[in-house]
Amino acid sequence: MRESTFAAVAFSILVGLPTASLAGSEDIVIEDAWSRASIGTNRPGAAYMTLRNTGSDPVTLVGLETPLAMMPDIHETTTDSNGVSSMGPVGEITILPGESVSLEPGGMHAMLMRLQTKMVEGETFPLTLNFADGETLTVDVPILGIAARGPEG
Amino acid sequence: MNRRTLLTYGAAVSGVVALTLFIGWWQVDGPSAPEPVAQRPLPLTQMEFQMTNQDGATVGPATLIGNPSMVFFGFTYCPDVCPTTLSDISGWLDNLGNDVADMNVVFITVDPERDTVDAMAEYVSYFHPAIQGWSGTLEETARAAAGFRASYEKVATDGDYTMNHTASVFLFNAEGQFASTIDYHEAREFAVPKIRRILARTGEQSS
Repeated sequence: MRESTFAAVAFSILVGLPTASLAGSEDIVIEDAWSRASIGTNRPGAAYMTLRNTGSDPVTLVGLETPLAMMPDIHETTTDSNGVSSMGPVGEITILPGESVSLEPGGMHAMLMRLQTKMVEGETFPLTLNFADGETLTVDVPILGIAARGPEG
Repeated sequence: MNRRTLLTYGAAVSGVVALTLFIGWWQVDGPSAPEPVAQRPLPLTQMEFQMTNQDGATVGPATLIGNPSMVFFGFTYCPDVCPTTLSDISGWLDNLGNDVADMNVVFITVDPERDTVDAMAEYVSYFHPAIQGWSGTLEETARAAAGFRASYEKVATDGDYTMNHTASVFLFNAEGQFASTIDYHEAREFAVPKIRRILARTGEQSS
């Protein structure tokens, strides 16, 4: 009993320490990923999700990759005091420990420029998130209807 | 003064302060806030522009007179704001049910070079059936935006372009007078009553 506890502690130190010393992008949890179907491939698509940092180190998202689009990038929509909306690249996003960052309509979104294939309702596509520590995380993003308002449709 | 009296006074004073703050908010930022005059759209009766709707019919501001109207600008190559606005509006319309049967709901493109009549027809078909899609020449688009005091601008992106544009929804009564604006991302609790107000006003005046 005592020995097995010791072994477990030793094992967790051996295995746990090296992982804990990484920058922690494996502690990112993706929730509620969704996107809207596209009309053809001429128009850019957008995908939304929440990135939650469950670890103890800040994690920085530096880019996106997907076979679906040649130029995926995080963009942000801003609306000024005159009600005029504009959109532009965000650059890197740092998620602090215990915090989450939401990509949601009217705020930030994964802008999917130069679609290679049509986004078809009911299908999913893989979206890879590249982090500053060199790690990547791939999520399968469900494609909902064109008029979807959130992850539930 | 004993402690109880003090407490009562304290409660009364904070009550008055809270009420004053609330009245101030109501009149300055809240539902009673005056619309800034400079940015008010013209009445539909004073606007002049001509466009083509999703069915190929010639339309303009005069087409809207007689029923309450909801008008907004956008473009179909917009991945975020426009589908969100169209699906928000679809939600409001579902919420209002048959009450909106006669209301004009018009999406005017600020990007007629890409948003042809056919493109608009296909795009609006994915949303609430009441939503029309209007497309005009560049010149007519500019005249329409000027009437609504809306602005838009073509912005180059990597080998492509996007449009910055006014994302507010404009409400007019059946006589074509401007009633109010629903700002982008305004909560349904505020949007639906604003729509009900232009519907109700029409009901009163026609009876």
